[in-house]
This record gives sequence, structure tokens and C-alpha cells, in this order.
Amino acid sequence: MSATPAPPRRAAVPARRRSAGRTRQARAAWLLSIPFLLLFLVFTAWPVFQSVFLAFTDATRRDLRSPFAVDFVGLENFAQALADERFRKAAANTFYFVLVGLPLTLVVALAAAVALNKGIGRLRSFFRLGFYAPVITSIVAVAVVWRFLLHPDYGLVNEVLSWVGITGPNWLGSTTWAMPSLIAMAVWRNFGTAMIIFLAGLQGVPASLQEAAALDGANAWQRFWSITVPQLRPTILFISVTTMIGYLQFFEEPFVMTDGGGPLSSTLSASLFTYEEFSFGNYGYASAISYLIFVVIAAVTVLQFRLLRERD
Amino acid sequence: MAGSWNAEPTLRRRWWLYLIMSVALLLVVTPFVWMVLGSVKSNGELRSVPPTWLPEQVTWENYSQLLSGLNFGTYFLNSTIVAVVVTAGNLLFCSMVGYVLGMLEFRGKNALFAVIMGTLMIPGLVTFVPLFVLVVNAGLANNLLGLIVPFLVSPFGVFLMRQFVLRLPPDLVQAARVDGAGEIRIFAQVILPLLGPALATLGILTFLSSWNNFLWPLVVAQREEMYTLPVALALYSTGQNVTDYGFLLAGATLVVVPVLVIFMIFQRRFIEGIATTGIK
Repeated sequence: MSATPAPPRRAAVPARRRSAGRTRQARAAWLLSIPFLLLFLVFTAWPVFQSVFLAFTDATRRDLRSPFAVDFVGLENFAQALADERFRKAAANTFYFVLVGLPLTLVVALAAAVALNKGIGRLRSFFRLGFYAPVITSIVAVAVVWRFLLHPDYGLVNEVLSWVGITGPNWLGSTTWAMPSLIAMAVWRNFGTAMIIFLAGLQGVPASLQEAAALDGANAWQRFWSITVPQLRPTILFISVTTMIGYLQFFEEPFVMTDGGGPLSSTLSASLFTYEEFSFGNYGYASAISYLIFVVIAAVTVLQFRLLRERD
Repeated sequence: MAGSWNAEPTLRRRWWLYLIMSVALLLVVTPFVWMVLGSVKSNGELRSVPPTWLPEQVTWENYSQLLSGLNFGTYFLNSTIVAVVVTAGNLLFCSMVGYVLGMLEFRGKNALFAVIMGTLMIPGLVTFVPLFVLVVNAGLANNLLGLIVPFLVSPFGVFLMRQFVLRLPPDLVQAARVDGAGEIRIFAQVILPLLGPALATLGILTFLSSWNNFLWPLVVAQREEMYTLPVALALYSTGQNVTDYGFLLAGATLVVVPVLVIFMIFQRRFIEGIATTGIK
């Protein structure tokens, strides 16, 4: 059967046998999907539906046992969030984190990838390993370490600064420096993933293009901007979308490094605010805020697709 | 010098690049070095100004305090059990559905795939509250099952396995069908052995994300015996132990080092997996 050419083969199988094979495949398909489907429907699909419901109710911890015996409040949760001074602060902090952290992560990752791709031959996998190591570690653990590194008195960072005559600030205790400290840690921990994906993308940039441009007298910098970057467009899009989705939900860093919010809430993030409201028992309110974050994530993702997709 | 950019860069021409990259690498790994060195220093030494690099006197007191005084052995075991079971579940169930979506023909296939892909875009934060309500009401919050069952399958795992199954030649399956093998036997005996690299990638990714997971176990682990390592470390680091640096650095080392060792062993496969998910 498998020896005959493709189109006649289908025709050669009697209709009854073919449909019997289809039925058999369909039965096997659903049978093999049962465990996944059960777990998926209960623990993913159902919570998605219920979260929509919760966001429009006044559900609290007291309704835990009967989550549907609650009152509809319409858009009140959303109105409350937008009027909430603390939520606005959290939203502003989150945008600060993303607007500074995302470009920094991209630039550091691309610089490392280009350097490893072009200049470093033999030791490439060694460097790659080292730069990637922070990605796989627990944020809680590295936050503990960074908090010690940034300690105003016993920390390594201020010690190194003192060698050049600078008296370092109390990084995590300062309303000015707490957020940049968290951003530095996020860049350190996340650029490795982007670097690996950029490296894979760079291998796909055809050498003939580079060669032609070099013949035309373009220098390395010009070639980078007019060939490498445009060729990497899809990679840049993928990395900025995935990194941004992660950064818009940053939570562990302020939770562990600045004891949940930092001085004068200067590191309170939107996710941390959601968690706070959840732990106060305000389930409806917390769900509504998580949807606000989701809407922002979706909107910015669409925007990025628009901006980076268009070609001249 | 046409085409000279393409010449294999010599060490002499590129020495400055190696220098910059070496300094950068040093910066990147310093926190880990500082963590491990600090974990064997006494608290007195950790508070000295200026700080010492190498420990003046190596002490294991921080570790013994962790393991005897604070049940870190239990937390370590919890983290391991959760990560291993979650990984096993994902490998089995996601590869089954990956095979179904990548190789079988049946009505409803496209709809199934669309639903799974749709939920891939929804951040975990959104389902967090209802999932918590569900798990508490199902009585899963009192034991480790509450940390395991919601994560036994993942849409991402299905997507990854499907992508790998699509690359396998369909003739293999056709031939096995002609030989009279049932679809489930084909999956177990023909497909699964060929998915080795894909299973390795998914396995490592799942293990790491489970091991490092924080928000969910923080909320669900209501009794101390259920804590995982990150939860225990976070709670101790914000409580009265906040200035007990040696103890916290030893705890961080216990969380980070096993993962670094696994990474060193599997790094090639792992990095290929990351690059693949990025491009596809």
C-alpha cells in the first residue's frame, strides 16, 4: 500500500475501509487526549471562564465555599481600580519597569549575541553557558543574593564603588534607586534567553548579503543597521513580545527584594498589588485587576506586531 | 580588503573583544560566586567592612542550621517530588496530545488545537484567583497534590510536542498501520522512542519552571510541611531572619546549585530547545 504513489493510494483503498480507518483514528485520538482534556478543562479552561465572572462580582474570601452566591456589581471593580491611588502608583511603576527594562534587555542581549557570533569562536559555548546561567535560577534565591550584594554597609556593590571614591546609596531603601536596582537584576536574569534566540536568528542572516554590502563599501556599523537588524525583525518581535509579557507581570523581585512594595511603594508592581488584594480576601477586585493587566498585555502585543511587522 | 570581515577572527585581532566579554562574564557570575562563598562565612565575617572575598574561616554552621533547625530537608524533598511528578505528567500527557494533533486525522482536530493555542496567550495571573478557589474547594490545598495537579499538563507542552511530531515522516505510521498495529501501540512503540530530544527539552523546561515556581506554592502551601524551597526561602528572608545573611545565602545556594548542576549536564540539548521554541 505504501509503495503506490500518493493520490491513487487514497483512491485504491475501498471507501468502507478508509472510513473505518478514520473512525479508528478518531477513537484513538480522543482516547489519547482524555487525560489532557480532563486536566485542561478543569484547571485551565474552567478558571478562565470563572475569572470573567468573578471580575464583575463583589466576591470575597467569605464566598470561598460558594463562589457563585455573590452579587454582580457591573464595572464597579474596574472603576474602583482606576480611582485607587495605590493601583495607579503600581501601574506607573510597572510601566517604568517595562519601559526601561525591556530596551535594556534587548540591547544587552543583542550586543552579547553579535559579539559571540562574530568575534568569539572557540570559547563561544563557554561564554554562552555563563551568560545563560542566571535565567535558570529561582528569582527568590537570586533576589536574596542581590539584596546582600546591594546592602549599603556590607554589600559588594558599594565596596567596589568606594574604590573609585563613590559613596553608594542605600539602593533598595531609596525611592530613587530601588526601582533601577530591580531593573538591573531583571536584565541580568533575563538577557540570556534573548541572547540564545538572537544567536539562532543571527545564523539565519545570509552571509552573501553581508559580503555584497562589504563590497559596496559599507562598514561594520552600517552593515549591522542595514542588514542584520532588518533580517532579525521577526526575532526582535518575538523576543520583545515574550519579554514584555513577563515584565508586565513582575512580582517576585519587589516581593523578596523590597519586602513587598519598597519605600513609599516605589517598587509596588501591578501583579504585587493584585496579590495583596487577593491576600486581603478581595477576590472579585483582584480578578478585575488581573483583567486590566491582561488587556494591557494584549494591547501592547498587538501594537508591537503592528510596529515591527511593517516593512518599507 | 573585500570580504575580510568574513575571515576567521584571530585571537590577536580580537583580544579586546575577548577582554570585554571576559569582564562581562565575570560580572554575570559574580552573584553566584558571592553566594557560595558567603554561605560558608560566619555572620560576623559577613558584616565586616570592607567585605572579605575568600572566607577567613570556612564554617558549615549555616547549612547545619538550615537542615536541622528549619526542616530544609523537607522543603527540598517537597520541591523534588512536585517537580518530578509535574515533569512526568507533562511528558506523558503532552506527548500523547502532540501525537494526536501532529499525526492523526479526525473531526474536531483544528478546533482542539485552536482552543489549546488560545489559552497559551492568557497569563497565569488571570486564572489565579478562580484556580485557588477551585483547589481549596476540591480539598487539594491540604497536601502536595494542590501544587502538582493543576500543572500536570500545559498548553505549551502540547504545542512543543506537536511541532516535533510534525517533523516525523508519516510513512512510519502508515507502515505500522499496515502491519496491523493499533494507534496507541504505534504511539508507544514507534513515535515515543523517536521523540527523545523533544522529551528532553520539555522535561528540562518543565522541571525548571516547577522547581522555581513561587507565587502558586506561596498561596496554596498553607502548612509549613508543604513549603517548597523558594517559598521557605522567601518567607524566612522577609521575617525575623532578615539580617541572618549566612543562613539566607546557604538557603539560596541549596535552591540554585542543583539546578545549575542539571543545567551543566544537559546544557547543549537545553539551549537547542530554547532556540527552537524561539524560531518556530
